Amino acid sequence: MSKEKKSYQATVYVRLKEGVLDPQGTTIKRALGDMGYKGVEEIRSGKFFEVRFFSESKREALKLVSEISDKLLANPVIEDFKVEI
Amino acid sequence: MKFGVVIFPGSNCDYDAYQIIKSVMQEEVEFLWHQDKDLNGCDCVILPGGFSYGDYLRTGAIARFAPIMQEIFDFAEKGGLVIGICNGFQILLEAGLLPGAMLRNSSLRFVCKWVHIKVEQENTPFTSNCQRFQVLKIPVAHTDGNYFISEEGLKKLKENNQIVFHYCSPQGKIDPVYNPNGALENIAGICNLKRNVLGMMPHPERAGEKILGTEDGKHIFSSIVNFVKGKAN
Repeated sequence: MSKEKKSYQATVYVRLKEGVLDPQGTTIKRALGDMGYKGVEEIRSGKFFEVRFFSESKREALKLVSEISDKLLANPVIEDFKVEI
Repeated sequence: MKFGVVIFPGSNCDYDAYQIIKSVMQEEVEFLWHQDKDLNGCDCVILPGGFSYGDYLRTGAIARFAPIMQEIFDFAEKGGLVIGICNGFQILLEAGLLPGAMLRNSSLRFVCKWVHIKVEQENTPFTSNCQRFQVLKIPVAHTDGNYFISEEGLKKLKENNQIVFHYCSPQGKIDPVYNPNGALENIAGICNLKRNVLGMMPHPERAGEKILGTEDGKHIFSSIVNFVKGKAN
């Protein structure tokens, strides 16, 4: 008998790697300066994804989401990702 | 010879590419649909400009998984000629057929203007009709043309002479002033190690008739034609 599958929700955070220029972050930082917020040293932009799906175990779930993050959600040339379940 | 122009949902330079080949170069050309699983015997595949899949996620990221891409991987592996223009270049990067990635333009703006590019490599199937260091006037039109590659990757590109075009002045001077998008070291186009896959941000298909401002773009397509016909003879 196959194991019953449970519903999981994962959050994937994708951010530009250290050392990769972030034109959006730089522009936002400049705007904050114009707005009068002093002392903002750096802004790095990123994105996150919520993935809901069925899986047999948390371990399997993590494996699947890591795989799709590596293949599609993030571009490993310029981005890092982190998965939370 | 026969060219194939791939249409993805959101491609918008497909007809420009078709037009220059059919009417200006007077060569055979057909459209290939992104769902196709056959390149119909084309000698050169063009991935055109546009906004495939709405540029969702990252430019080229979704198109890279279209069914026709598997055929293009096999075709490129066997030495077939593949040229990606603008969004086509972005797709080739996402697909890993060319190294590096595209970031948002440093200005964060859509840039649409004439630029000059310097031909650094004339020994590719795409530039063999050009002189080394020849300057071509060709337009760009993109939001994500800010080419990025790791330091190590850049070193390899240089060692293997894979940087085909640099943004430059009308006289050929390479300087950040002439860089429209913040691309690393003014890189406008690169090829793979085997030199049968080229990606370039500027649009040669929009610059092939005098009435459009210049005929410089024709050099790219005539190089391809000469290369393929020369091989056939």
